[in-house]
Amino acid sequence: MSWLLPALVTAPLLGAALTLVVGRRLVAQRLITLGIVGGTAVGAAVLLFHVDDLGPLTAQMGGWPAPFGITLIADRFSAIVLTVSALMLVAVLVYAMAQLGRDAIDWWFHTKYLTLTAGVTLSLLTGDLFNLFVGFEVMLVSSYVLLTVRSTEREIRSTMTYVVINLLASALFLVMVAYTYGITATVNLADLSLRLAEVDPAAARTLSLLMLVVFGIKAALFPLFMWLPDSYPTAPTPVTAIFAGLLTKVGVFVIIRTQTLLFPSDEPSGLLLFVAGATMFVGVLGAIAQNDVKRILSFHIVSQIGYMIMGLGMLSVAGIAAAVLYITHHIIVKTGLFLVAGVVEAEYGEGGLDRTGGLLHRRPVVAALFLPLALSLAGIPPFSGFVAKLALVQEGLALGRGAIVAVSLAVSVLTLFSMTKIWGATFWGEEREGAGTAKPMQVATTGAVLVLSLAVAAAAGPLSELSLRAAAELKDPAVYVAAVLGGG
Amino acid sequence: MTLISLLVVSLLFGVGTFLLLQRSLAKVIIGLALLSHGANLFILLSSSRIGAPPVLSEGVDPGTVSDPLPQAMVLTAIVITFGVTAFLLGLALRSYLLTGSDEVEDDLEDRRIAASGETST
Repeated sequence: MSWLLPALVTAPLLGAALTLVVGRRLVAQRLITLGIVGGTAVGAAVLLFHVDDLGPLTAQMGGWPAPFGITLIADRFSAIVLTVSALMLVAVLVYAMAQLGRDAIDWWFHTKYLTLTAGVTLSLLTGDLFNLFVGFEVMLVSSYVLLTVRSTEREIRSTMTYVVINLLASALFLVMVAYTYGITATVNLADLSLRLAEVDPAAARTLSLLMLVVFGIKAALFPLFMWLPDSYPTAPTPVTAIFAGLLTKVGVFVIIRTQTLLFPSDEPSGLLLFVAGATMFVGVLGAIAQNDVKRILSFHIVSQIGYMIMGLGMLSVAGIAAAVLYITHHIIVKTGLFLVAGVVEAEYGEGGLDRTGGLLHRRPVVAALFLPLALSLAGIPPFSGFVAKLALVQEGLALGRGAIVAVSLAVSVLTLFSMTKIWGATFWGEEREGAGTAKPMQVATTGAVLVLSLAVAAAAGPLSELSLRAAAELKDPAVYVAAVLGGG
Repeated sequence: MTLISLLVVSLLFGVGTFLLLQRSLAKVIIGLALLSHGANLFILLSSSRIGAPPVLSEGVDPGTVSDPLPQAMVLTAIVITFGVTAFLLGLALRSYLLTGSDEVEDDLEDRRIAASGETST
């Protein structure tokens, strides 16, 4: 089975090369991309079942034994995130094909989409710090190009911010890798986990903080989130949707992975909980001040990241399990909301909330798509957001962390408020003249994402058990270390 | 040697950070390039020993060669930084062609919100 790991990374890259070979033949490009991204989703699902049954799966690249070679590893946590991400990649791809149509930009869109897929899978599967840097860069370079698809003045301006911030983060990442290698002489995560236990605790703490800053920029944590609401909304909607669903969550994934594997601790982390609370609160306040659907939703990405970090910050099995569940729910709901925003944009053209109104009467189906997703984001039962937030709040109360629980509940109310703002301005009110109609395929794909999000709520029982198993695995670094170093 | 290299690293970081805070895009890009050079040099410094070229052939004692891993990492990092810097230069050129200046501009939406805050108070 271990051939599956490198296949998940190399297949999208080979596909990207193939789409260049077939050139401007759009149908061939679409078939290749759909086949490969679809295959990635199937592969990820197979991986999830395999890993859940038989424990972590590893592959040593080039046959070099760890810690000398590069290791790819999938455990329950990475398999869960990978599966959900791959499903969203498929949904957004279909949506993008419907929306972008036969535009001039379409013919190389697929190439970048496939390299983005490869970057995401590599970042999730790698067991090596430097390889993680490479995975991040593959993902980011693809995102730079996707953001500047139309190269309008606005796009160039906001992408500039995005690229500069990420280059700075990359330089810091390199410094962090150098520091790691300097104090431990290894960049293999499993090996690091063993050796960090032996180094000076002060050096380990420095490294922990450095990692939090580097990955915090990628994950848009407070106070390092400013680049996100500025750069995401200007891109074409399918691009924003996939970035919103995946990119920051890969950052969160890596934070959870490194903090649990390299710096195991059972005490709730005050620093992480503070960062979580501040991220939630500042994010939602930003959202309330905005007047454009995509910008409101972008600020909510920041706010929601806080909840995931809150789960991690409690550093208990149940807390981390809640974070895993939250990531699963969030990737789906956030992507879905941006897809709805794209449908609204197709109806009214780009612009603020004052240009929309009365969509409920003209296209009730769009309202039916938006409402459950918005309520789910705010955490209203019986939707998936409620399940995830309930797990967080229960664990927070069990650990006696009342302050962060209070903040998280207050932020939920504010989230609901800003969702009603979109609802009131877009779906209720006087009916406004539209600029066009969304393509049926766009609405259908958004519907599919909504069904998936409802399925998360319906399958809450099995899913929270799965995330508890994943969290138990994360809390026990020995499992990961044994999978990489022992018998590999 | 290590001390000199460290001083160079800190100089590169200092100058890079200063340039990064300027409003001109060209300076920002040069600043980022300097920062990346500093990071690359720092990786080289993280290798434990500086010795013979890390090529294993007959008669070479493996104990005397320098650590090849940081060199490999730096090589990868240089290639990536080079590519992204080239892209950034392209972006800056495009921005110059579109706006006629190479200043970093304010976010329009931020300006609008700031203005609405001023009028309501």
